[in-house]
Amino acid sequence: MISRRHPVIFWSVFTVAMALLVVAPLVLPEFWRRFVTEVLIWGLLAMSSDLLIGYTGMISFGHSAFFGLGMYGAAAALLTTRPANLWVALLYGLVAAAGVAAFVAYFSTRLRDIYFAITTLIFSQIFYVIIFTSTKWTGGENGLNFDQPALAVPGLFSIEFTPEVLHWFVLAVVAGSYLLLRRITQSPFGMVLQSIRENEARTRAIGYPVERYKIVAVMLSGLFAGLAGVLYAIQNQFAAPDFVFFVVSGQTVIYNVIGGVGTLVGPIVGAAFFLLLSEAFSRLFTATYLDPIGLHGLVGMSYLVPLGVIFILMVIFMPQGLLGFAKRWLNR
Amino acid sequence: MEELLGQILIQTINGVVTGMILALVASGLTLIFGIMDVVNFAHGELLMLGAYMGVVMLALTGSFWLALVAATLLIAIFGALMYVVTLRPLIGRDPLTTILATFGMSLVLQNYALWQFGAVSRKINEPIVGHFNLFHLDYPWYRVAVAFLSAGIIGGFWLFLKRGTWGIWIRATTQDRVMAQAMGIPVPWVLTGVFAIGAGMAAASGVLFGPFGGVDSTMGLNWILRAFIVVVVGGMGSLAGSVLAAIMISLLEAYASLWVSPSQAIIVSFVVLILTLLWRPTGLFVATPK
Amino acid sequence: MSGPMEARPNGAERGDAAPRGGRPALLSVAGIHSHYGKSHILHGVTLEVGRGEVVGLLGRNGVGKSTTLKAVAGLVHPSAGEVVFEGRPISRLAPHQVARLGIGYVPEDRRIFPLLTVLENLRTGLDRGGVGKAKKAELLDKVFTYFPILAERRKQPGGTLSGGEQQMLAIARAMTLEPKIILLDEPTEGLMPRMVSQILQIVGALRDEGVAVLLVEQNVPLTLDASRRIYFIEKGEVRHHAMASDLHVDDPVIHQYLGV
Repeated sequence: MISRRHPVIFWSVFTVAMALLVVAPLVLPEFWRRFVTEVLIWGLLAMSSDLLIGYTGMISFGHSAFFGLGMYGAAAALLTTRPANLWVALLYGLVAAAGVAAFVAYFSTRLRDIYFAITTLIFSQIFYVIIFTSTKWTGGENGLNFDQPALAVPGLFSIEFTPEVLHWFVLAVVAGSYLLLRRITQSPFGMVLQSIRENEARTRAIGYPVERYKIVAVMLSGLFAGLAGVLYAIQNQFAAPDFVFFVVSGQTVIYNVIGGVGTLVGPIVGAAFFLLLSEAFSRLFTATYLDPIGLHGLVGMSYLVPLGVIFILMVIFMPQGLLGFAKRWLNR
Repeated sequence: MEELLGQILIQTINGVVTGMILALVASGLTLIFGIMDVVNFAHGELLMLGAYMGVVMLALTGSFWLALVAATLLIAIFGALMYVVTLRPLIGRDPLTTILATFGMSLVLQNYALWQFGAVSRKINEPIVGHFNLFHLDYPWYRVAVAFLSAGIIGGFWLFLKRGTWGIWIRATTQDRVMAQAMGIPVPWVLTGVFAIGAGMAAASGVLFGPFGGVDSTMGLNWILRAFIVVVVGGMGSLAGSVLAAIMISLLEAYASLWVSPSQAIIVSFVVLILTLLWRPTGLFVATPK
Repeated sequence: MSGPMEARPNGAERGDAAPRGGRPALLSVAGIHSHYGKSHILHGVTLEVGRGEVVGLLGRNGVGKSTTLKAVAGLVHPSAGEVVFEGRPISRLAPHQVARLGIGYVPEDRRIFPLLTVLENLRTGLDRGGVGKAKKAELLDKVFTYFPILAERRKQPGGTLSGGEQQMLAIARAMTLEPKIILLDEPTEGLMPRMVSQILQIVGALRDEGVAVLLVEQNVPLTLDASRRIYFIEKGEVRHHAMASDLHVDDPVIHQYLGV
């Protein structure tokens, strides 16, 4: 990647992006402020999934379980500990996500590609059903509602989470995660993962304990996905089983493919692109001012129809994603 | 005691009936996987579209049986188109891309159906009305008929595989695609045909199942999950395995629903899946290979 | 690497040791190159087979003999060059179309369909459009006359046959296509001597019927016996070409291209 070879370029682009994102909540209207914050959170989820898809070559449809359990873990902390403590919420969320990840990893990493994808999907549904039906603990269909904690370090300071502060907190966490994941993928460990993606048999033949690497990859991926879940819980103050449904995993994979797998920042771009298009299509398909030009018939059509078609077209014609396409175009 | 026995008998029949429909759905899925290594995430949506076609055709013709045949044929053709447009371009690429493509299709089809038909679920009326007495309960004849019909379709297909020329072509292509081509078998058409057959089977299940519950755009999701479990437990690519696994899982779920709620009964299937993965990951009903 | 325009030793240019006295060849392979990923396997293979002619292809392991056969069968598409069959370029055709033109392929590891019975294996070639019931029965009869053991085992799954029997089946299966040429890839590999002589007889019988054979082999005596002409391949190119009658087993040429 260009960024690896030219740290100056990377850091300049990174700084500019960060600057823009820091300033965003101060200049954007309410709706778009929330939008950017949410894009960051979904972007983090997609990034975590990229570790598996893009770097290890394992497509997982189970990320909704990691995300969801991070969310519910945070919910549990925020409902049970008094006063509501941000760090305990983080802890609970990460532990819950890690637990699920360990469970999934144990079974799934023994299976090759297609079986792995299906099993992770089924596992995320297992958790969905458990959460959906354990109404006593999880609120079942209705989910859980709770209050936002304060951004506090006991004894030092305590700030209320205004939308701006929340945004900056999310930004800090996501940016930090990105840098950390970048470090990981460029480390010797990351190199082995990529070698597994290229040619698993050969990597094993050389002597690497491939299964163990995969388990660690799934765990790491699950942790970051859970982190995204915690952030979502804090931002929106509710947890619902819908987020554990496997369609969320599917959408995560879509962000990855659209943005470009194996790039870490691609998935964030993919999430932004997808969510922006969703917004645009939603407005397009509900607006009545289109009646005169005969597009009225499209009212009520979900944005997922054209988006799904775009996704399929990209899988066929632009499998390297938006970022990959841009990279090639820039390299001309 | 007699009451419990009665309940068990009823659930046994329920289990077999659902199992046969599930077997029909899973057969298509495992067939497609066996011959072309494609995991068809859109299979549930083909079932759903089949059910909706059934609704439409029933309204047009007034005959359930005509609707069943028409829906099956229409969706089979649609399946062939779907294969040629989205999956054939992906031949030779990383097999995971087919998972992505079919997943995309499932999203598109689901939401398209939601848009076209609305969120209110539709009804298909049973073609065979009437019950018979089973342990103080009125058990619908239709359910029994469905079990036999599904078995008939699967059986008919099995015979087709074993006898005719096309059956040989399909089996040869499944066993060695390259040599099948070298023997002059038009493999690209065989693959399209198999996908169409799988789609048709899914559609037929959708119509048959229609009278049980309602027809709505999300009905595919339920079936695809169980179908995947069946295919993994029965052994990918094994027709017999799918049938046996489907019946076994449906029976277990039916019995479980005597004690827990139906939405929780699916946990039984999950447990079976986990046990299979732990003990015989290639499938319970398949000979353990190297 | 010698280029396509340079003269090669011992008359491997077109026209020398001409096989058919001016009649167009049944099969003509002209300068085909092939790649597998980054490896360049065939560097411009050129050869010809006339109608009803048995032509041998000799060379060490890994020089591209099998790849050449696969290119003719359409299983590998050459990156350059052309394969011409009965005057028609076929390199762009799909393998099943090539087979239907009358090119039979018997691969190195036999690759019979293991879960199909012997009869079903034969039917993969028999059940073609335009072949009537009577013709099918006739073809089946012929095949069973050549290979009585197959008639005996006709209901058995292909995978349960012995190595030699599977080889018979693979050849029989190709014959059901009524081919004008059969591509044989190392048919005697791993077979007992008794079976080897059977293979020799079958090749002879095919030739007598007017079926051409392109025979890839490591077994030199058999190839010299069966073939009319021999091509020697090394490093993805045809390096030498001679009439089989001009060669004997201890020929220095043989040692040069097949010796250890």
